[in-house]
Amino acid sequence: MAVKVSLKVNGKSVSAEVEERTLLVTVIRENLRLTGTHVGCDTAQCGACTVSMNGKAVKSCSMLAMQAEGADVMTIEGVAKPDGTLHPMQAAFKEHHGLQCGFCTPGMVMNAIDYAKHHPDPTEEQIREALEGNLCRCTGYHNIVKAIGAGARAMAAGK
Amino acid sequence: MGAPLIGARVERKEDYRFLTGAGQYTDDVELPRQSYAAFVRSPHAHAVIKKISMVKAKASAGVLAIYTGEDFAAAKLGGLPCGWLITDVNGQPMKEPPHPCLAQGKVRYVGDQVAIVVAETQAQARDAAELVEVDYEVLPAVVDGSKATAKDAPQLHEGAPDNTCYVWAIGDKAATDAAFAKAAHVTRLDLINNRLIPNAIEPRVANGSYSRADDSYTLYVASQNPHVERLLMTAFVMGLPEHKVRVVSQDVGGGFGSKIYLYAEDVAVTWASKQVNRPVKWTSDRSEAFLTDAHGRDHHTIAELAMDKDGHFLGMRVKTTANVGAYLSTFASCVPTILYATLLAGQYKTPVIHCEVTAVFTNTTPVDAYRGAGRPEATYVVERLVETAAREMKIDPADIRRRNFITAFPYQTPVALMYDIGDYNATMDAAQKLGDVAGYPARKKASEAKGKLRGLGYAAYIEACGIAPSAVAGALGARAGLFEAGEVRVHPTGSVTVFTGSHSHGQGHETTFAQVVADRLGMPIENVDIVHGDTSKVLFGMGTYGSRSIAVGGTAIVKALDKVIAKGKKIAAHLMEAAESDVVFENGAYTVAGTDKKKMFGEVAFAAYVPHNYPHDKLEPGLNENAFYDPANFTFPAGTYVCEVEVDPETGVVKIEKFTAVDDFGNIINPMIVEGQVHGGLTQGIGQALTEGCQYDASGQLLTGSFMDYCLPRASDVPFYQVDTRVTACTHNPLGVKGCGEAGAIGAPAALMNAITDALGVKDMPMPATPQTVWRTLKNKKAA
Repeated sequence: MAVKVSLKVNGKSVSAEVEERTLLVTVIRENLRLTGTHVGCDTAQCGACTVSMNGKAVKSCSMLAMQAEGADVMTIEGVAKPDGTLHPMQAAFKEHHGLQCGFCTPGMVMNAIDYAKHHPDPTEEQIREALEGNLCRCTGYHNIVKAIGAGARAMAAGK
Repeated sequence: MGAPLIGARVERKEDYRFLTGAGQYTDDVELPRQSYAAFVRSPHAHAVIKKISMVKAKASAGVLAIYTGEDFAAAKLGGLPCGWLITDVNGQPMKEPPHPCLAQGKVRYVGDQVAIVVAETQAQARDAAELVEVDYEVLPAVVDGSKATAKDAPQLHEGAPDNTCYVWAIGDKAATDAAFAKAAHVTRLDLINNRLIPNAIEPRVANGSYSRADDSYTLYVASQNPHVERLLMTAFVMGLPEHKVRVVSQDVGGGFGSKIYLYAEDVAVTWASKQVNRPVKWTSDRSEAFLTDAHGRDHHTIAELAMDKDGHFLGMRVKTTANVGAYLSTFASCVPTILYATLLAGQYKTPVIHCEVTAVFTNTTPVDAYRGAGRPEATYVVERLVETAAREMKIDPADIRRRNFITAFPYQTPVALMYDIGDYNATMDAAQKLGDVAGYPARKKASEAKGKLRGLGYAAYIEACGIAPSAVAGALGARAGLFEAGEVRVHPTGSVTVFTGSHSHGQGHETTFAQVVADRLGMPIENVDIVHGDTSKVLFGMGTYGSRSIAVGGTAIVKALDKVIAKGKKIAAHLMEAAESDVVFENGAYTVAGTDKKKMFGEVAFAAYVPHNYPHDKLEPGLNENAFYDPANFTFPAGTYVCEVEVDPETGVVKIEKFTAVDDFGNIINPMIVEGQVHGGLTQGIGQALTEGCQYDASGQLLTGSFMDYCLPRASDVPFYQVDTRVTACTHNPLGVKGCGEAGAIGAPAALMNAITDALGVKDMPMPATPQTVWRTLKNKKAA
């Protein structure tokens, strides 16, 4: 049975006809062709699919598209400024070499931005705890932790 | 011209697209009229297929086709080949049982492919795959490598009696036995190198597409070596000419070895795309990745080290059983032999070494190269032995290493390799200083005051990288060459596109290689782009594994650059009306010695493409050169790692308090990227030692089949690392580079387990040292 879901993604109103069982990430990737949001697992562990929904970081692989009806969703494609200037958190990841293959990166950045909004000056330990739901196999987290600290401070300073 | 780019911490060119969601990974490729595949996989570790019923599945919504092993046999598709022939102790070739893409009558591990279902959508393909009914006669299974050769063990393959692929040996057995006979002390360890599941965060994807217009195929696949994938698939499996197949691996989300190989799914979607005349895409889910991506390690080893009374090493004796899984994966045979036993000298002048390796088939996922590939296993053997020997002989573990370090180069080991250069005391000194080993006793006391146990462990590893001289590899059984190719295409306005046969799946080649090119040509890095991962663009390539990209692929580019600069010199000499021998190229300009005559590189490039004033009698127009580079030797990165842990005896929780890594990778192009490679490698090594361990039950069911059961290290499991480098430049490549991709994963497990066993005061304990295992080890020690 097909259902219609309507939501706002990166500021734009969109709708899609999908099966009830369709996941939010499937709508984002397949229907909207926003392929920056990735799928790395099937148990909601890796966090590669993290998007912002109504201002909060959520795993788009573990919710149905129907649950996002009427929601305001932001994906990694909506994070930089319209002119392409990187968000301070994205810039911090680049400066601190917080990414290698880039596959977990969109989820890391989406989670980090949400976290930094509430933690303007996090400690190393706090950041490591905040990454509980995001797996990276390349970086050993060292530079991700540094990037998130710097990104959070840059966000707080309004850069 | 600004500061040199080689050696600079240049931010990565690839980052912008990855940070903005603009990367193009294989699953992001959606072709017109795309269809989707799902695989029917064996739920049993060992079974005979009695019957496959597809009636319900074929009637399921959206199904386009279903193919089984019978269809593949009828189409005369070959099995998956193994790329390395090992010759056994009796001079016989290893046993290579058929490795069909889809099972032929029998399944041999949970996850083995039985059928491919093609449908309009991914969900429909998966739904229909559930409806394929397979009638199995379940057979007993063997999963433990050390039980595979038992007389009553179930037999996997008709052509491999006793489940044995080969028994192989290296070194002088008689001389080694003689060394042990005169030893003052022998240290012996019985070691398990735990099986690991690679788990790149991007699962495998293959999207095959056939064009009737020109009878050609395109395969988009998450691969570390698209040209090798094409060669294996066309020549060995599908019987197609290579020029009719294009393989594209654009952005790849991590590999760690697991994406080197030609997999059954790649062949199946490519073949099926012609049958259904539509592109066919298969995207692995994580559960499939756990079951079917080639696993790593899985050795059982008995190792002995003989010493004189002062702790000088006299000989080493090693016997290993390597579990290769149900079939031979692409490079499975060389990992526990050529990439393992040849490294058993480590950093030491052990005069005689003998190693015997038995490779066995079991009802488990095939095992192949995983980050380090043989070298972590060798380092674990050597460095656990050396540390244990030091404890038994009451010699400081750093001192026993220093007593035995190789200090004169080149050095011929007793296990085939010739080390060109190194300075093991330098990395040891630096690691001890950076890790503040001098302050360790005070820290230990402080831990004890809190009721905690503290331990310190070293690992002084060596690896053979820059794989490999083709002639040497060929003599050892390689069925492929191991050179690399590069092409430098200079555009009329002087900017440059470089095509490399190396492949980046996180390593940052677009930046590192561009630094080398921009530096050599004296131009801004913005004027250089690196292209990889497409057989229709790159002239040839052997791909990326064995930490070979900069040493082999980078050198191929340098060789091509040399040709570009040399041709440019001829053009410049003509333009400046000077003798070619008087022209010098430096900082992006050709000048004539002793004059103020000068032509910028861009001017020369322009003249090559707008050849109005040009030496047509001597030169062709254009400025585009390629080079193939086959290295003269392996490179030998080495280093010392020092790990310090604190263990809570009440809970068994191990906390890594300090992890110091000092590596010698030769010259370094981009220290930021190199440090990142070390951080990642260390974390995978720590994962092996602390959190990761593949577990099967006795019937061959994978118990650790998801991220909920198989513990990848998380951010809170690891510390900030202290990393540094020392440099002895590689003697046989022009950049003096050695490679850095695997070191961390090679050295970390031994350093960490040496630290944990030191803290617990035990000789050995199995990896991974989970809290439960640590707690039990302590309990058993108390009981004893």
